[in-house]
Amino acid sequence: MVRYDDAGGAAATTPTQLLESLGSFMRRCLFRVLAVGPIPHHFAFIMDGNRRYAKKLNVEEGAGHKEGFSSLISVLKYCYELGVKYVTIYAFSIDNFQRKPAEVQNLMDLLLEKINELLKEQSIVNLYGIRVYFIGNLKFLSEPVRVAAEEVMMATARNSKVVLLVCLAYTSADEIVHAVQESCKNKSDESLAVNANQVSNGVINGAEKVEKIYSLTVPSIEESCKEKASRVCNGAIERVKGTEDINGATVCTDGVSCDYKSEAQALRAGRIGNGVTEGFEEKQGNNPIINLVDVEKHMYMAVAPDPDILMRSSGETRLSNFLLWQTSNCLLDSPAALWPEIGLWDLVWTVLNFQRNHSFLEKKKKQL
Amino acid sequence: MPRHVAVIMDGNVRWARQRGLPSSAGHEAGVRSLRELVELCCRWGVKVLTVFAFSYDNWVEVEFLMKLFEKSIKSELEGFISEGIRISMIGDSSRLPKTLQELVSDAEDRTKNNSNFQLIVAVSYSGKYDVVQACKSIAQKVKDDVVRRDDIDKSLIEQELETSCTDYPYPGILIRTSRELRVSNFLLWQLAYTEFFFVQTLWPDFGKAEFVDALTSFQQRKRRYGRRDS
Repeated sequence: MVRYDDAGGAAATTPTQLLESLGSFMRRCLFRVLAVGPIPHHFAFIMDGNRRYAKKLNVEEGAGHKEGFSSLISVLKYCYELGVKYVTIYAFSIDNFQRKPAEVQNLMDLLLEKINELLKEQSIVNLYGIRVYFIGNLKFLSEPVRVAAEEVMMATARNSKVVLLVCLAYTSADEIVHAVQESCKNKSDESLAVNANQVSNGVINGAEKVEKIYSLTVPSIEESCKEKASRVCNGAIERVKGTEDINGATVCTDGVSCDYKSEAQALRAGRIGNGVTEGFEEKQGNNPIINLVDVEKHMYMAVAPDPDILMRSSGETRLSNFLLWQTSNCLLDSPAALWPEIGLWDLVWTVLNFQRNHSFLEKKKKQL
Repeated sequence: MPRHVAVIMDGNVRWARQRGLPSSAGHEAGVRSLRELVELCCRWGVKVLTVFAFSYDNWVEVEFLMKLFEKSIKSELEGFISEGIRISMIGDSSRLPKTLQELVSDAEDRTKNNSNFQLIVAVSYSGKYDVVQACKSIAQKVKDDVVRRDDIDKSLIEQELETSCTDYPYPGILIRTSRELRVSNFLLWQLAYTEFFFVQTLWPDFGKAEFVDALTSFQQRKRRYGRRDS
């Protein structure tokens, strides 16, 4: 297995370089073959097993996390070379703060070191044109880590080839609580603005009120609609073909029109296989308190489509409060290898599983 | 032993097709599997069992499934009452036929004080729907000044979820049959730390041996909840 070090290369003799080039060439050929089938648009990872790896090798825990980081760089490179556009990693959970202070401090130091490295010119970020997001309740982080994270997000904001989402100080429960709080605040701000308009006009007119509400909501829907609908639609297009909903989704991707109904259709198109309608999509004019679209709009992960595959290394099969909302229809994979041992073949195997499942799901959709 | 077991009962139709039977036969065999699982859970000290009937062909067979659900409640209700089993339904009941809604409501009412074991049946349910309806209730309370926006937290959401009908809303284990490796919008919030167990067997073939395998696997797992190994 070819491993990349943090600097993206190695001090090597010519035969080693030749071998690496050959390995790289063969890998790209393999990826071309894989790309004949559907490639996951968004791949998420729970990088479990660094500490067990360190124990296995009889080294200190910090060394396990460092090996884990090397593994991550390799996995990112494989993903982006394969054509995966979004990669999300579970770097640090809010629950992890309950670990021993010394371990938490070690992890924070390692995170700070690696985040700062992302700002270097020859980092993987520039090599692959990665836009980086740090997803989570960043106010739980110490100031140096938070500041470094914000710097990287700003520095990579113009990158558009591929995206890396690093979940830091994150849990799904916290994300949902935050989304509800923000949704309530948004609704309350909207209704204050509507009331202010009505007072200044001096007249309450039914049709006028509806227009005013609509004119307030449309910008906020449109702003998030284009990005969200295109990300939802991209996922939906890959998974659901030949249905009416796809037409709504296609319209959204073109950005020609993106009304509330199309967006809701695209979201529904993305929810495959559960066999029940959610029944909570709001018809226009019902004036709900908050609804699905409001909650989704305020999720930290609203910047990306839902993952197609979630891989957790070390054989554990649980989500540990990671992307609960976003993985409701996602393929779950749990290879036995510990995270530092995860390599090309684990990825290839998972993608093959994804492709096999994908064709099964497509067949089922056609039968409906 | 997990206090709460959740199951996605997948594979009835495939089971029937393998035997050249109509899919209705598969669903009926599925009900027998469920009955056996309920008995095992009661015997082995599981307190709550939540089940999700899953099928890609749900839309086509929904009428049959509703009739089967109605028939099962009618035939099992007296048994549940005498054995101290509480039955609850989670999901959007407004989508059920009126007669079934009344039957379910009556069954829930007549068994609500039972405490030996609770069977929760998820019908027309999705995890996202559950979280959104909880968020809506909270938003209404914020609007009515019953709750402050800054006081919205995890426990407030937990209280509003449909699984607040039980003292143990968090499954220790989720079993899905027929080897589909996804949650398919079953529970969401409640599965944060649940151990998943995906098994090849089709649901009508899931019996004591398979359940023992799942429980053994559960007992061997080290659940750390994000903290260190002990």
